Amino acid sequence: MSRRSYSWLPALLVHGLLAAGAMLALAPLAWMLAASLMPPGEANSYPPRLWPSAITFEHYTALFTRLDLARYLFNSTLLAIAVTVISLLINSMAGYAFAKFRFRGRDRLFQGLLAALVIPAQVTMLPLFLLLKQFGLINTYGGVIIPGMASIFGIFLIRQYLLAIPDSLLDAARMDGAGEFRIYWSLIVPLCRPILVTLAIFTFLGVWNDFMWPLIVLTDSSMYTLPVALANLSGEHVQDTELMMAGSVLTVLPVMLLFVILQKYYIAGIMLGGMKG
Amino acid sequence: MIGPERHAALSGWAFLAPALLLIAVFFFLPVMAALALSFTDFDIYALGDLQRLRFIGFDNYLQLLQSPLFWIALGNTAYFVVVGGPLSVAISLGAALLVNSRLTHGSAWFRTALFLPVVTTLVAVAVVWRYLYHPRYGLLNYGLSLFGVEPIDWLGDPNWAMPAIILMAVWKNFGFNMIIFIAGLQNIPPPLYEAARIDGANAWQQFRHITLPLLGPTFLFVALMTMIGYFQVFAEPYVMTQGGPANRTMSVVLLMYEEGFRWWNMGYASAAAFVLFALILAATMLQLQLRRRGSS
Repeated sequence: MSRRSYSWLPALLVHGLLAAGAMLALAPLAWMLAASLMPPGEANSYPPRLWPSAITFEHYTALFTRLDLARYLFNSTLLAIAVTVISLLINSMAGYAFAKFRFRGRDRLFQGLLAALVIPAQVTMLPLFLLLKQFGLINTYGGVIIPGMASIFGIFLIRQYLLAIPDSLLDAARMDGAGEFRIYWSLIVPLCRPILVTLAIFTFLGVWNDFMWPLIVLTDSSMYTLPVALANLSGEHVQDTELMMAGSVLTVLPVMLLFVILQKYYIAGIMLGGMKG
Repeated sequence: MIGPERHAALSGWAFLAPALLLIAVFFFLPVMAALALSFTDFDIYALGDLQRLRFIGFDNYLQLLQSPLFWIALGNTAYFVVVGGPLSVAISLGAALLVNSRLTHGSAWFRTALFLPVVTTLVAVAVVWRYLYHPRYGLLNYGLSLFGVEPIDWLGDPNWAMPAIILMAVWKNFGFNMIIFIAGLQNIPPPLYEAARIDGANAWQQFRHITLPLLGPTFLFVALMTMIGYFQVFAEPYVMTQGGPANRTMSVVLLMYEEGFRWWNMGYASAAAFVLFALILAATMLQLQLRRRGSS
């Protein structure tokens, strides 16, 4: 009897906790946006302001006029797009090979690649720097693009997806006399569309958000990506809170929009990577 | 005319070739070169003139083991992994249980909100959190002051700097594991819970005897991935504290970066990277071993 009359209590508790959690997750982002629109100095006041007294876009203007933000935005966009497009092509071909062709040593090779995932990327960075220096690729876009053109995780994701597709489809195309590259391009790639979108988001976000490698390989400020520029500016302009918040908003906003629009694919990708791993 | 099997093998290798070549040259070759480098005295002079390079055996490793700063970095990294990792996994699981609960309405909205920090740029949000942690004007101290808590110098106090970095890191990435846990939870057949309810099991008993055991493989995967990622902490201390105050947030990767790319002691830095790799490998093996023993 009494159990029944309080049955709304657990539901209230669950929703209360979720609302509190969502607020804590979003609060830093909301404050970043609010502070970026405040008049100079207002973000450093006590008690802290949650909302600008008057909305101003002057910090955004300053980023483009006084600072070189357009340049960093261009660098970040170019690198993210280039790595995404090239790695999608190369990883999908390799994933296709691992999933649909039989050859000696295939499975051992694949296991070996997967095992290499435990090697932290930082181990490779010092020799990679020296190698790229030999090729004259330090402080060039190539220095970021080339090492990112193939990824074991990307190959893995494509292979997992293609394993679920029946071989009979490919055999039918071979019967029709289609060449191997033609089959890949006009049959496999369209079939893989959902997983390619997923991998494209992963890669784009990964390159856009990456910090350590661009910090190492891009030495001149005209080559900086947004995160590298932001880390650099945050040292010089530590007092200009509102300006730094505007810079953070511009860095974060493109990837957040991309995620919100394509989140179905992104979430599916994490689940695929997580379950089969 | 070649046979179909040989044709398949050739085509397979052809599709594989670009990726394998790139991974060999830009991943496996550098890994081996890093190992070789760690046995040399590669420094700024060698960078200019390779003739200066000398093979010095295990000297870099011995030097590391005798360096107080390396032990501090190791201790800080262990702190970050041992406290931050489990905290992050626990919060992820809690959030997944709430989002996935039968009682929850609008779970897609909550899921998106909780996940949003994951897609943000670490450097940008680290800059934001630096202001949130400001001892005078920061939102966090203001919020705490409403409960009568004295202001804390989050990033300036040697005892608070690492907890502050952990808090920010957990905020940033718990959503990722939450999604994997949600997938794991959805794979548990609902009839199991129905049967348990008919037998009179309460929510805790259902969690303890159905959810946790069936979530085992997901749990192991999440714990491993989180641990490996947390061992590599770099950008948070780089942006928020530069390893300070008093080296209390100096991590192994930050140390490697400073030694290798600021002072160009690349032999020494490579040794540091390999020690980190060895630790990650050992910790991974240990977790897999514990898990195997636990399940048998």
